[in-house]
Amino acid sequence: MIPAVLAQVGGTRAAPLQLPEVEYSAMAPALILIGGALILLVWVSVVRRRPPWLWAAFSLVTGAAAMGASLWLWFDVRDDGPRRAVADALVVDGFSVFFFVLVSATVILAALLGEGYLRREGFGGPEFYVLMLLSASGAMFMAAANDLIVVFLGLEILSIALYVLAGFHGRRLESREAAMKYFVLGAFSSALFLYGVALVYGATGSTNLVSIAQYLAGNVALENGVLLAGMALLLVGLGFKVAVVPFHTWTPDVYQGAPSPVTGFMASASKVAGFAALLRVFFSTFSTLRLDWQPVVWGLAVVTLLVGSVLAVVQTDIKRMLAYSSINHAGYVLIGLQAGTANGISGALFYLLAYTFMVLGSFAVITVVGRRGDAHHSLDTYRGLAARRPTLAFAFTVFLLAQAGVPFTTGFLAKFYVVSAAVEEGSYALALIGMLAAVVAAFFYLRVTVLMYMTPASAEEVTEGAPPAQPRLRLPATTGVAVAVAVAFTLAFGLLPSPMIRFARQATLLM
Amino acid sequence: MLAATKVDVAVFGASAVIVLAGAIGVVISANPVHAALSLVMTLFGVAVLFVAQEAHFLAAVQVIVYAGAIVVLFLFVIMLLGVDRRENVAREELRGQRPIAFLLGIATIAEFVLLTRGTSWVTGAESVVGPASGPGANVETLARSLFTRYLLAFEITSVLLVIAVVGAVVLARRPPPERPEEPEPLAVPERLHTPQLDDAAPVPATEVPAP
Repeated sequence: MIPAVLAQVGGTRAAPLQLPEVEYSAMAPALILIGGALILLVWVSVVRRRPPWLWAAFSLVTGAAAMGASLWLWFDVRDDGPRRAVADALVVDGFSVFFFVLVSATVILAALLGEGYLRREGFGGPEFYVLMLLSASGAMFMAAANDLIVVFLGLEILSIALYVLAGFHGRRLESREAAMKYFVLGAFSSALFLYGVALVYGATGSTNLVSIAQYLAGNVALENGVLLAGMALLLVGLGFKVAVVPFHTWTPDVYQGAPSPVTGFMASASKVAGFAALLRVFFSTFSTLRLDWQPVVWGLAVVTLLVGSVLAVVQTDIKRMLAYSSINHAGYVLIGLQAGTANGISGALFYLLAYTFMVLGSFAVITVVGRRGDAHHSLDTYRGLAARRPTLAFAFTVFLLAQAGVPFTTGFLAKFYVVSAAVEEGSYALALIGMLAAVVAAFFYLRVTVLMYMTPASAEEVTEGAPPAQPRLRLPATTGVAVAVAVAFTLAFGLLPSPMIRFARQATLLM
Repeated sequence: MLAATKVDVAVFGASAVIVLAGAIGVVISANPVHAALSLVMTLFGVAVLFVAQEAHFLAAVQVIVYAGAIVVLFLFVIMLLGVDRRENVAREELRGQRPIAFLLGIATIAEFVLLTRGTSWVTGAESVVGPASGPGANVETLARSLFTRYLLAFEITSVLLVIAVVGAVVLARRPPPERPEEPEPLAVPERLHTPQLDDAAPVPATEVPAP
């Protein structure tokens, strides 16, 4: 009886399964992050000895290991050339390794920020770090994905962990509200993205980015409505992640409500990964449809630049202001994409690199100034900060000026490269709007600087004639290190930018 | 195309009744647990329909995943939130929701009608129909692509499950209480000997370290 059944089963079986080769080295940085998160989870449930600094220290080691693996991959790709891995699902080229390095740096800085914050707010346990590491691994998969399904899964891994992190501060109602808003709107945008994947699959017969590009290169569709609709939905889904203007409405509320280190991580990792996917999908996969998407991206860039900079001016909360400023930054990266040239892409990459350090540094300072409870974020809190904490005020000034694009900072060069890429392509109007937005943006960055340096601590107390009594700000050593690293990066590569520019230039896409 | 036998018609009729009865039960039950159980009925009816179509794998997935896992999850959530919490369905939470839903429903139907009228929009690869059983069947092809072309996607889905578990724990547990025993030290100017409190500090205003 049983042999008969087995024979029947064996008879219906076709050729044996050819499992694809799994190149673990190609995704080593992401695997290190996932492994680190799993070790943390096992550790907390098995080992009884757990000093409070352990989780942060272990996350730092994991981040450093991921950084090491990324750098090793960088030289490997440079010597042996780019390649595809794991049944064409991933592509290891300079572009993806560039983002591996960037995400690893984000993990290291965010772990440094998180340590002081969690200790101040009285949160023990490794959950924060576990979610952050897993989220970062999603960002890496997104950057290296060669298949729309993998892009989607990376997006979900990144986002779902971020939804939870946004609501991490359970005592603050704003934090819960931010998580809820981010989750509902994020789920909506993920659904749109998935619908876009389905339509593109329907139009081209593949979800693989290379196969799609080959199909589009070999076939010209006369009625390509489905393909264009799919492309538009992909743009919406990714545009939501990177906060491009019509899809930006979640940004201010979520940035304001989420715990400050999480906002820093969200502003850097999520934006970086979203742009990695956006640049790869549109610049390399849909390059034959450039005439269709370029005008749309042009329009999005203009609206994003203007809305981001103008609305930031009227904000009275520093986190909301930086949320609008991050929208403004997204507009500059779109300028690089819109140019659609190798220079535009390397300009966009350099912009993301500079932006990551500026924004994480800014949120490090905001975390400290926010004090216990993470609630002091009104612009008035920054009055006279220079008199109380000159070093902190100096660091914040560096980040703000860099974001405004003042010379001798990385921010200036970043804006310069994307705008000059646009000028090379003849998009003078867009370049002009970009510079105009920078002028408007300079106003609100400088306003905070003026508040810190040129106004007394608190206006009403001065009128009463009594000297102000401001609580002393505690700067944990770890946060101090993060701020110092970000300042050093912003200034050093602002003065001597050539290594980083070479880094961004060599980060080319395979294909 | 095989002609439908009397047995086919009978099976379809019976399961259609079960599906519709369950669906109506979900909508009209006042008790959420009853609604969830009616949903199980609908899902079983759909599973029977799948078997009638010889989609055995889909039928099994329907029972195991939907009736088994997802409805149990629904019941967990209902139990956690409390069964007796009745909602007043007559009250509109969002004003104007119903007319808009009505209009959007009409629009959706209109879209389907337009689509069936045949447009030349669809481009690209031709559709693929696999046999329901035997070598190269749908289920086997699905399994093959999961473990070959989409191996990485299949594997990294597990990361999502880890995040879901950790995230559920983080969001569901009670946040640790604030530590009141550690007031923030106040920076008081040296020349002033009567320290003042920051009005925003949530600490009791009794103990202030002297400068």
